[in-house]
Amino acid sequence: MKTRRDFIKISALGIGGVTLAGTSLKWAWGSGAGDPGPENVADLPSLSRYPTYCEVCFWKCAGWVYHDEEGKIRKVIGNDADPHCNGRLCPRGTGGVGMYHDPDRLKTPLIRIEEGGKQTFREASWEEALDLVAGKMKQIRDKYGPESMALFNHGSSGTYFGNLLKAYGSVNITAPSYAQCRGPREVGFELTFGSGLGSPEPTDIRDTRCLVLIGSHLGENMHNGQVQEMSDAIDRGATIITVDPRFSTAASKSKFWLPIKPSTDMALLLAWMNVLIYEGLYDKDYVQRHTLGFEQLKSHVEKMTPEWAYGITTIKPHIIRETARAMANAAPSVIVHPGRHVTWYGDDTQRSRAIAILNALLGSWGRRGGFYFKESLHIPDFPHPPFPKPAWTWKETLNGKYPLARLSVANAIVDASIPGEGKEHTIRGWIVSGTNLPMTMPQKDQLLKAMQALELLVVVDTMPMEITGFADVVLPECTYFERYDELRDSPGREPWLGLRMPAARPAYETKPAWWMAKQLGDRLGLSEYFNYNDYKEVIEWQLGQLGTSLEEMQKIGVKRFDRTEGSLYMDESLPVEFNTNSGKIELYSTELASLGFDPIPVYTPHPEPPQGFYRLIYGRAPMHTFSRTANNPNLVDLMKENSVWIHPSVAEIWGLKKDQYVWLKNQDGMVSYFPVKVRLTERIRWDSVYMVHGFGHRDKKLSLAYGRGANDSDLITNVMVDPLMGGTGMRGNFVTILTEDPGKEVKS
Amino acid sequence: MAIDTRKCVGCSDCVVACQTENDVPIGFCRDWVTESVHGSYPNVELEIRSERCNHCENAPCVRCCPTGASHIVEGGVVLVTGNKCIGCGACIQSCPYDARYSHPEGYVDKCTFCNHLVSRGGKPACVAVCPTKCMHFGDLDDPNSEVSNALKNRKFKVLAPEAGTNPQIYYLT
Repeated sequence: MKTRRDFIKISALGIGGVTLAGTSLKWAWGSGAGDPGPENVADLPSLSRYPTYCEVCFWKCAGWVYHDEEGKIRKVIGNDADPHCNGRLCPRGTGGVGMYHDPDRLKTPLIRIEEGGKQTFREASWEEALDLVAGKMKQIRDKYGPESMALFNHGSSGTYFGNLLKAYGSVNITAPSYAQCRGPREVGFELTFGSGLGSPEPTDIRDTRCLVLIGSHLGENMHNGQVQEMSDAIDRGATIITVDPRFSTAASKSKFWLPIKPSTDMALLLAWMNVLIYEGLYDKDYVQRHTLGFEQLKSHVEKMTPEWAYGITTIKPHIIRETARAMANAAPSVIVHPGRHVTWYGDDTQRSRAIAILNALLGSWGRRGGFYFKESLHIPDFPHPPFPKPAWTWKETLNGKYPLARLSVANAIVDASIPGEGKEHTIRGWIVSGTNLPMTMPQKDQLLKAMQALELLVVVDTMPMEITGFADVVLPECTYFERYDELRDSPGREPWLGLRMPAARPAYETKPAWWMAKQLGDRLGLSEYFNYNDYKEVIEWQLGQLGTSLEEMQKIGVKRFDRTEGSLYMDESLPVEFNTNSGKIELYSTELASLGFDPIPVYTPHPEPPQGFYRLIYGRAPMHTFSRTANNPNLVDLMKENSVWIHPSVAEIWGLKKDQYVWLKNQDGMVSYFPVKVRLTERIRWDSVYMVHGFGHRDKKLSLAYGRGANDSDLITNVMVDPLMGGTGMRGNFVTILTEDPGKEVKS
Repeated sequence: MAIDTRKCVGCSDCVVACQTENDVPIGFCRDWVTESVHGSYPNVELEIRSERCNHCENAPCVRCCPTGASHIVEGGVVLVTGNKCIGCGACIQSCPYDARYSHPEGYVDKCTFCNHLVSRGGKPACVAVCPTKCMHFGDLDDPNSEVSNALKNRKFKVLAPEAGTNPQIYYLT
């Protein structure tokens, strides 16, 4: 069947007589085939090192970019003063230089054309590409209203396109990092404490005496500051308790490892509450002064004893008791870690609530060694007229579903982009910036349907990711080494400001995202929202407002400010009001009760693998950040492909050998596109298999990433949606093992 | 050097930091990470080690080098003088740790303990970058150095002691 939007492998580019219009397309530096070439820094200040903050992941560690004698970007070293990294970048940050040098980078704007019945991309000038995008956006605005444009984003570039969309008249701005990742825990903690967690999480690991990781594989997820603090905690002899069906790296550092049966975490959390309450180990004074609903909670968990949980979780009752006591002994310097990627089983907000409640019983919220009260700087907005009020927003597309979604739900935006009977609001155009949706979103069929129906799909990226193959227009962004970006003001123990400035001019025909957004704004008659020629002007103005300057920040990279919003921990002498309905920490959630949801979390059994199938668990490796690093030469060198972790007893059943390549088929018949290597290991349960997310790329233009390993998200077709906030629970997929190539036709 | 296996998470930051500091070509490395798993589920143990040249006191690579390119400098660091190396590979064969590789430019390359940084008062790139601070570097002859202190209070081991090379990388267990 002919589709409007065939997936285009960018390698097809150039076939069939490419015509170039507009300005000359000679790349500024280098041949385009290899290295970006010598960095021309002639119009940049001459510095011995250039301040930046990392864009490889969301931790945004500050560092210094160094050139070698030839002026080539050679290395990045952490900024000693920065509390995100303390001078030590993680492997991805250190290897971030590979993103700049990657020969497969997008180099010039691309426009989809049809030639001889075949869709392909042709190189285009910026003028032409931007005119085309703006023209289509005008059409959409005229035909359907500006609300019909949506933005999917991740990372710095989202800010500029977000502002563009708001100025244009749409707030349908979404990020898979919410409903596909950390959204449920934000809602769970907010319902309990009146405050979400944000990023970085305000976990006081540095001073903790007991760290409980339940579904967090810290150390494999290189959340730099937290890994560093966990390492310090190990030195100080803190008790680490890790709950994981897999013997994770963190489990190997732990005093207690609880090899839980997957999907039963809620039962363990409730049993821990039972022990704390019925053994009288909870923080009575804290609970009495600050919480609401203790008696309801007490009777709710009365029968949820360790013996009850044993039958569900397979964790022995005496271990449940012992670990609960270890937490209580350390309290309030104890952290039951909220985790980060928490979209598992569709009751994830409730599970996050249970984690929050456990922390409340231990009195760790607002306490040293527990959770501190974070603070960030308030960077003033560069002056612009107020944004127009859209006629409708993503909320109206939900039809009353997901009442607790505080941010827009990416999967709901996908659904709203599929036209259908009785749909009042349909989204017609997308800008996708810095997120590779085909590997991020579960339920690929929905995503494809939506993309086929769109009237405009613009992709902004530094690399030819799978999503670029679906674009009408591809806009090549320069890497974080080649641009100014908004100031970093992420929250922490104190407010810290961070500067990113270019250490090189943009290579090839790439451009910073702020420039693209401004250019589109100008074409859409929205110039007044982009009242600057260079984003540097915005930064200079903001730094002036904050009492510093670009000159100072170039020298120091990061700057600490004093706290102004109260103390780091709870001041016990003052009355405390929490931002909940009752002003208390809500063990019993009045908001959930009023919405008709369980006001106290309950345990629900989740589907189990059928015979011959294994639960698909996925996670992270410290040297990769999903798609973003998949083709980074330095990081590919550290880890080239993922493998599927299989317990030796399972391998025996299937006759599998170490390093053998197999295909995985899920419960709905979806088969992994590429084969994946078997890793036989005692570190995984017999009822589950595990793989690192972010591999199995299908775009041949990613010359290092193509065909390496399997993509777990291809196998995630069953999604259990969180009725509270729309999170997509993705751990209810089961795979079986194929040792023979199943042939292309059945593949995902 | 002493490396704390209780803290190392095996992230390979040491490997990539070495590559970018020392311009090690992609596809090669001067340091690497190994994991060993013992036991069976759920009674499992995992040891992760960052490994590199052990800068042996009794270095077989130095003894077997026909040109004197491999040598020990003051302070005990084993180095290779690139332009004296003929790339014969005898040292690669003799090393019980497989710590050397043939550089595409025709000489044998290996860890230098970042001598160029250390001689200016810095730390080797791997030590400086490690997010877990699991590596301690310094003078083992100085009883008050960071590395001596690390060894004082902990159990430790060396790799392949049976080779008799007197390796100078200690793993805190």
